[in-house]
Amino acid sequence: METFNYVKAPSVEKALASIQEAKFIAGGTTLVDLMKLHVETPKTLIDINLLPLEKIEKLPDGGLRIGAMARNSDLAWNEEVKKSYPVLSEALLSGASPQLRNMATTGGNLLQRTRCMYFREPGAGTPGGYGCNKRTPGTGCAATDGFNRMHAVLGTSDKCIATHPSDMCVAMAALEAVIHVEGPKGKRIIPIAEFHKLPGDTPHIENALEAGELITYVDLPKPVEGAKSTYLKLRDRASYEFALASAAVVARVEGGHIRYIRIAMGGVGTKPWRSREAEAALMGKAANEATFKTAAQAALAKARPQKDNAFKVELAKRCLVRSLKTATATA
Amino acid sequence: MADSIDTRFRHLRSRTPEHSNHQLAPDQQPVDLEPVGLESAKLRVSRRSFLGGIGATSLIAGAASLANAAPLEEPTQEQTEAAGATTLTLRVNGKEYPLKNLDPRATLLDTLRERIHLTGTKKGCDHGQCGACTVHVNGRRVNSCLSFALMHEGDEITTIEGVGQPGNLHPMQAAFVEHDGYQCGYCTSGQIMSAVALLKEPIGSTDDEVKQAMSGNICRCGAYTNILAAVKQVRSRA
Repeated sequence: METFNYVKAPSVEKALASIQEAKFIAGGTTLVDLMKLHVETPKTLIDINLLPLEKIEKLPDGGLRIGAMARNSDLAWNEEVKKSYPVLSEALLSGASPQLRNMATTGGNLLQRTRCMYFREPGAGTPGGYGCNKRTPGTGCAATDGFNRMHAVLGTSDKCIATHPSDMCVAMAALEAVIHVEGPKGKRIIPIAEFHKLPGDTPHIENALEAGELITYVDLPKPVEGAKSTYLKLRDRASYEFALASAAVVARVEGGHIRYIRIAMGGVGTKPWRSREAEAALMGKAANEATFKTAAQAALAKARPQKDNAFKVELAKRCLVRSLKTATATA
Repeated sequence: MADSIDTRFRHLRSRTPEHSNHQLAPDQQPVDLEPVGLESAKLRVSRRSFLGGIGATSLIAGAASLANAAPLEEPTQEQTEAAGATTLTLRVNGKEYPLKNLDPRATLLDTLRERIHLTGTKKGCDHGQCGACTVHVNGRRVNSCLSFALMHEGDEITTIEGVGQPGNLHPMQAAFVEHDGYQCGYCTSGQIMSAVALLKEPIGSTDDEVKQAMSGNICRCGAYTNILAAVKQVRSRA
C-alpha cells in the first residue's frame, strides 16, 4: 500500500477544505481494499466518520432523508424503510456480509467500484499487468478478451464492460432517489439516473461528482400509495456474493392493470440499470405473465453479451419476470 | 460440561505456565513485529500477561469496570487534525493502549495483533471476504482488516479475548466447544465474534436466517453444521 496523510474532518466545511489529491474515507470497505491492491493511491485520506450525517428521517413532504453516513445495516433495518421502501431494505440485506454492512455507508455504496478482476489486479497477468481503461485510461480492456462471465451486457463500450456491483443503487434507481452533494462551488442535487455514468470512451469517470464534492444526503420521494416493491437477486451462492442478475420493481396494480411501474436491474449493467423500455411495455397493461415476458424482452433488447456471459441475458429476463410476479401478486 | 470444556482448553493454557504470567524468560518475550516497538517496557503488553492480569468478568462487563486503567489525556483537536498524525490511543476490551509512531497504513487488525499483541483475532484474506478478522466496534461486528487503526480513536473495541476466557467462557464459546463448531480453529474467533454479535441483531429464527447472518464468516474445514447448532443453542437459551 502507498502511504498517505491522514486527516480527521470534524465538519463538512473542514472536509471540503482539504480535498486536494485526497479521498474521503467513510466505511472503507471498498477504498481500503483497493488501496491494498494498489488500485487506489490517495495522497491524503480525509476521515469523515465524525460528520453528523448518519440520521435517517422523514421529510415534511412524506419522503425520507438518508444521511450519507447512515450504515447499510441501519438503513436496511430502519422501520420506515422496511415499511415504505421494502425494495431498499431487501437490496441492502442481499449485499455483502453483516460485518461489511455495519461498516459500509450510504454515500460510500453510491461510489462502490466494480469487482472486475482486471480492474482489481494491476500487477497480475501479462508483463506490465492487465490493461484497464477504468484504472489507467488508455491501457485497453483485458476483460473484453479475458474471462468475462461476471461482466455487463448492458451499457458496455469497447473501452469497458465492467459491471456496477451495488444492490443498494439498483433499489434507489427504482425509487428515483435524489443525491445531495456539497462541494467547493456549493450545494446541488443530482437525480440518481444522472449520477452514475456510462463508460463510453471515459470509463474512469464513473459518476457526476466534481472534484472535491461530498455526498451529504440521499432523499427518497414519498412512497407511491398502493404500490408494492421487491428486490430479487440471483447469484452463484445464496449469500455473500455479487449478483449475476437482479431486479428492483416498484408496482401498483389496479383492476388487474399496471398503473405505476419502476424497474431497475443489477448485475447486468455498467451502471445501476433503470429500464424505461420495460416500464413502457408494462404501463397500463394487464398484469400477467405474457406482459411480463414482453417487458423482460424489452429490458434486454439492447443487450450485448460477451463470450462468457450470454447466459445473463436469459437469466436477467427470468429474474425480472419473477420479481414482477412478486410485486404484482394480489394476496 | 465445565470439566469437558476445561479439558478441551488445556492445550491453550499449557502454554501459559502460571508462574510466568508476569515474568517471561528473555527468549519468551513477545516479539514486536512493527519496526517501531511499543513505547516502554511498562506498556509492552503481551497477550499472555494481558490475559493473566485481567479478570474475564470485568472484560465482559466492559469498559467502566477497569478502574485502574491509567487515565489518558484527550488528544486536542490540533493533534487529531494534523496531517499524518501517527499517535493514538485505542480502547480494546476496556483497556487503553497508547500507540506512538503508528504507520497510517496500519489496519485495525494488524494493530491489534502486532502492536497490542492480541493475536486471537486472525488474518485470513485481508480483504473483507473471509470474516476471520471480525471484532466488535461499539458493539457491532466489523472486519478489522478493512479499517485503519487511526479511524478508531474513541471507539470501544472488543476482541475474542474480551468475550471470554478459558475457565470463564462466553456461552457462545462454550457452545462452539460443545458442538465441535470448528476443525482447524483458524476461523473460530471470527465465527464466535459474529455469533455473539448476531444475538443482538434483528435476525429471524429459521436455519436459513441464521446461516445468512453467519455468511460473512467462511470456514474452509466446513464446520458449518456444527456452528449453526452452536448458534441456535445459545439463541434458544437467551
